[in-house]
Amino acid sequence: MTKPLYSEKGDHLESTAPVRVSRYRGYTRANHWVTALSLIVLLLSGLALFHPSLYFLTGLFGGGQNTRWLHPFVGILLFFSFFVLFAQLWKLNLPRPEDRTWVSQIGDVMKGNEERLPELGKYNAGQKGVFWGMSILILVLIGSGVMIWEQYFPDLVSIPVRRWAVLVHSLAAVAIILVFIMHVYAAIWTRGTISAMTRGSVTGGWAFRHHRKWLREVAGREGRDPAE
Amino acid sequence: MTNSWTDIKNTDLVVVMGGNAAEAHPCGFKWVTEAKAHRGAKLIVVDPRFTRTASVSDYYAPIRPGSDIAFLMGLINWMIQNDKVQWEYVKNFTNAAFIVKDEFGWSDGLFSGYDPEKRDYDKSSWDYVIGDDGFAQVDMTLQNPRCVWNLLKEHVSRYTPELVEQVCGTPKDKFLKVAEMIGECSAVDKTMTSMYALGWTQHSKGAQNIRGMAMLQLILGNIGVRGGGMNALRGHSNIQGLTDVGLMSNLLPGYMNIPTEKEKDWTTYMSSRSFKPLRPGQTSYWQNYPKFMVSFMKAMWGDAARADNDWAFHYLPKLDVPTYDILRMFDLMNEGKITNYFCQGFNPLLSFPNRGKVTSALSKLKLLVVMDPLETETAHFWENHGEYNDVDTASIQTEVLELPTTSFAEDDGSLVNSGRWMQWHWAAATPPGQAKRDTWIMAQIFLRMKKMYQDEGGPFPDPILNLTWEYKDENEPSAEELAKELNGRALADVYDLKDTTKLLTAQGKQLLNFSQMRDDGSTMSACWIYSGSWNEEGNNMARRDNSDPDDTGAFLNWSFAWPLNRRILYNRASADMQGKAWDPSRKLIEWNGEKWAGYDVPDIAPTAKPDEVGPFIMNPEGSSRLFTRGMMRDGPFPTHMEPFESPIANVFNPEMRGNPVARVFAKDADQFATSDEFPFVATSYRLTEHFHYWTKHNRINSALQPEFFVEISEELAAEKGITKGGTVRVWSKRGSVTAKALVSKRLRPLQCGDKLVHVIGIPLHWGFMGAARKGFGPNSLTPFVGDANVETPEFKAFLVNIEPAQGEVVS
Amino acid sequence: MTMDPNLDSPRTAVSNPPIQPMKANLGVGDVVRASAMPDLPKPERQLTPVAKLIDVSKCIGCKACQSACAEWNDTVPEIEHNVGMFENPHDLTPDMFTLMRFSEFDNPQTGEFEWLIRKDGCMHCEDPGCLKACPAPGAIVQYSNGIVDFIHENCIGCGYCVTGCPFNVPRVSKTDHKSYKCTLCSDRVAVGQGPACAKACPTQAIVFGAKEDMIEHANMRVADLKSRGYENAGIYDPEGVGGTHVFYVLHHADQPELYSGLPANPQISPVVRGWKGVTKTIGLAVIGAAAVGSVLHGLFARANRVSAEEEREAEHLVETTVPVKGEEAS
Repeated sequence: MTKPLYSEKGDHLESTAPVRVSRYRGYTRANHWVTALSLIVLLLSGLALFHPSLYFLTGLFGGGQNTRWLHPFVGILLFFSFFVLFAQLWKLNLPRPEDRTWVSQIGDVMKGNEERLPELGKYNAGQKGVFWGMSILILVLIGSGVMIWEQYFPDLVSIPVRRWAVLVHSLAAVAIILVFIMHVYAAIWTRGTISAMTRGSVTGGWAFRHHRKWLREVAGREGRDPAE
Repeated sequence: MTNSWTDIKNTDLVVVMGGNAAEAHPCGFKWVTEAKAHRGAKLIVVDPRFTRTASVSDYYAPIRPGSDIAFLMGLINWMIQNDKVQWEYVKNFTNAAFIVKDEFGWSDGLFSGYDPEKRDYDKSSWDYVIGDDGFAQVDMTLQNPRCVWNLLKEHVSRYTPELVEQVCGTPKDKFLKVAEMIGECSAVDKTMTSMYALGWTQHSKGAQNIRGMAMLQLILGNIGVRGGGMNALRGHSNIQGLTDVGLMSNLLPGYMNIPTEKEKDWTTYMSSRSFKPLRPGQTSYWQNYPKFMVSFMKAMWGDAARADNDWAFHYLPKLDVPTYDILRMFDLMNEGKITNYFCQGFNPLLSFPNRGKVTSALSKLKLLVVMDPLETETAHFWENHGEYNDVDTASIQTEVLELPTTSFAEDDGSLVNSGRWMQWHWAAATPPGQAKRDTWIMAQIFLRMKKMYQDEGGPFPDPILNLTWEYKDENEPSAEELAKELNGRALADVYDLKDTTKLLTAQGKQLLNFSQMRDDGSTMSACWIYSGSWNEEGNNMARRDNSDPDDTGAFLNWSFAWPLNRRILYNRASADMQGKAWDPSRKLIEWNGEKWAGYDVPDIAPTAKPDEVGPFIMNPEGSSRLFTRGMMRDGPFPTHMEPFESPIANVFNPEMRGNPVARVFAKDADQFATSDEFPFVATSYRLTEHFHYWTKHNRINSALQPEFFVEISEELAAEKGITKGGTVRVWSKRGSVTAKALVSKRLRPLQCGDKLVHVIGIPLHWGFMGAARKGFGPNSLTPFVGDANVETPEFKAFLVNIEPAQGEVVS
Repeated sequence: MTMDPNLDSPRTAVSNPPIQPMKANLGVGDVVRASAMPDLPKPERQLTPVAKLIDVSKCIGCKACQSACAEWNDTVPEIEHNVGMFENPHDLTPDMFTLMRFSEFDNPQTGEFEWLIRKDGCMHCEDPGCLKACPAPGAIVQYSNGIVDFIHENCIGCGYCVTGCPFNVPRVSKTDHKSYKCTLCSDRVAVGQGPACAKACPTQAIVFGAKEDMIEHANMRVADLKSRGYENAGIYDPEGVGGTHVFYVLHHADQPELYSGLPANPQISPVVRGWKGVTKTIGLAVIGAAAVGSVLHGLFARANRVSAEEEREAEHLVETTVPVKGEEAS
């Protein structure tokens, strides 16, 4: 068996007419949504403590004390949840030569002129950027977060280091929120994407338009299957 | 104290030696900071450790524990060599001019008359030459080689700065700096105060340490003046009061004596207490002894004490030995000769030397009754607390009764502070649980004993049956009733001795003060020096007027200071021979041509002319004593004596061990160590966070100083491989303790001649009861020997060894 | 001596409170600054700025202040072990708002040894870093007399005050998860009593009163110390935090670090300023812009849709896909 380059082993065609390609298995989707929800909770609780004008958001969690308590635990949840996700997705998110072309033609991306772009595997450079951005920022956030976790690690690092940690934590938080916005927006703007994380599959057209190499690989694998 | 706490603000130089005022007396120490802040006073600390007091001092000099006499004699020598002497004071107010018998002398560290068999001196040579007129001979020119001054000069000449350095380990330059600073106070407008405590008393020659400084103060003219004096910092809020009413086993209240076996009757007893003046015209106030003694006997036995029965003199116990101090009592207990022990407000298991011996002694009792507000270690001496009290409970047959008593905050009464101020206090809380006042408990015991004697008779029931017990509630004499009894009252009308028609105090009324006491049985007082504290003017101890005209620090209307509300003893010495203040800016009392008057109650007959009557009215000389005649057992001058356990031999006599006349019980002598086996000097002390063994029962105090530790120098720590905060074992020939190690620069090894002496500091305060962590006291280690004169145990200088402990302490 | 009831705060800690109880101040109307509340109403009045002066040259390290502090605040400090030092507890804790710190110093200039004892605790900065860092509205307030106080009902226990403080003072409780520090006995001062520590101090090394008076007193103390040979004696009232309402007289004011690490130039860390200033504002702006930009792009730009043509192309692709072996080899 050859190793797939552009798809996960489990990716397969659900139907051929019309074409429907499975993109994420159930537990991957569940994993994603746990991660997503954690991030949203973290975002809301973090923002509440980030700026006085948003302190009212602590009301969502039962007040400041609860918010302070909850945030780091959800952070831990996010970290592990994302870690599992990461283990599933990191390979196909490794950069490939076509990513450079994609990025250099970002104007066409934004205009939706995909015919001018190279054929892509399961992820385009933007998605990869989100993936790696999330990965790195989550590491930074968990690291700096533990350093400022007063309840359990008040003496983990010196106070000067803690000051940097809290600064880094808030900068990373801003960054991850931006990545998050980009991720959500891209998923909405690129119509047909969300079903990948809801139903677990996308239409053939979506795959053809955005991830043709992925589609080819999945389809080709189908072709070789004697059962088909 | 000769002076008072508040008077310390008047000083120019505070010398804290033999004490650690900031640590052990922080509230009183405020007056040192006042003196520093408002007078620019300087503070010198001489101590083996750089203490909390040293931390705010202007100059600190280290000293080897137990070598204070050498330092002090060195200072006196330096003063004499450098003419830092208040000459007019010395000539007129001390016995410098008195001629001493030719037989008196000193050699090889010993004075004339030593008998090594008896471990005692024949003191007959230690006295003045008495002239044909019956008075001591003097040479006011101080030329006679046998006058006290010249003898002193010769005696101290051995104590050169070099010798001080060799004996005390105090670097010569530091000693000289201290000497220079002190020397400035020989000027009439400069005074120095001495603040000392158990750092001087807890030695086998403690009384001589204090003598040394008292002599220095006299030479500088600093006794009886504002900002001067010898100021003993008492260690309990009322230990002065306890001392006043007969703490010493050979004393009666008011510093009168319990008769000895040889004094079989009143006449014999009084024959050695005539106190005839030794110089013409002197007061010799103790001539009034019979008045105070008769008043005391009347207070004790009322109508049963009559002139015709020697005032019931036969009721008084007679001493067969000089004292029944607590060291002797525990020795007797340990010998099985004492079977019942009432332990009232005292924790000997942690307070008395050689804890092993104390435990053994308590274990031999039949009955131990402990009266205390707290659960003391003594009351629980039989409980096994692992390493901290490793006794075999089953083998101890002593019956122990713990009687909970009230604490000071639950009682009315008076506390006598270090400055002799009798301060009335009121109960702030009701006693908890079953706690009873000590007076109630003692009344119960007395009444039951009395009943037994009534019912069953006995060999000698009279002193019990006839004891005066005239209280409203015989079950519980009140503090007011007892206080009034101490003051005394007229049993018959008391008339003026000079004008017998003038009624001074009518029968039944409180005496004005002790000047109204009579030796004919017409007055009673349980403690003559307290007379005046509760007279017909009311409870003077409860006065709370804090006005202080001209800011002298006297506060005459605040409480009552014995005697006669006098705030500075010997205050007549604050003025010169014409009766004018030495230092006009620090006037105390002055002669106005007719009488003495000023800010304090004169310590002299008001009309005694300044050039006729000396200021030291209690002494038959009328002057103070640089030479104490035969009044101290270990010498008329202080001479350097090593502690019983010392790393170096006495420079004057290598054969001499400790104080040659200190009492040593036979079995204890074997338990003295040498420096071959125990190379390090240990000294014990208090910490400010705690009060003795009380506050370890309190959570906050315990949090502030939670666990037993010892202090050692960085050098010793390095030598022994001891780490900061590590556990160490410290042991002496008598016992062993485990402690945390506090390694500090505040202790430095002392170079004494060719010997490097390491000092280990061992704080007290820990035991096996209470809130703080279990620990030990220094008494597990200390030798069972006391001062030659007053038997205060030698807690401040002894030998130990130290090593890092194996494993952690477990209880 | 009792306090004049017409004053707004005691002028000395040794005085007794006024016999006619004064109207308590230090209420909401006296707050000049509060954490996470940028739009605080103006205070009703200006109280006399107060200060506690700690004269380390008079301090004997007796810990009466610690004891009084625990008594007044009704805290129960833990009975710890001895770890080879005099500091007990070993550090400030949520139950010990003040601590005597002891440092041993061989003075190279004089050749003498010095034992420098400093009472540590909240300095009550004019520009309090804790207040700046605190995210909980009204959890840290500053009154117009200068006292910086923690209002525990608003505290969320995040520990940001710890990072904000230039003196390492606040401690967060493991029990109730609220931050604690010296209140300068605001509850006593408000009713005319001096701080408990100053009242208990036997040597009056701790004194309390109007800051102006305390500066004057401190200058006298400095002059006294200079007369005793401490040439560098001075006041420690650091400018970097706008001055403090607890300040020191030091014998070695040129080397405050000697006193168990008293910072030479304390200030709110630039990192904290960066975090609470630029980052907070710009971060929120950027997030807002990104969110708004996305929405606008979504509204006005054409969505990226898949066409029917592409669906067919996909079907075609699937139908025509051959085993991919050859492609793999390329």
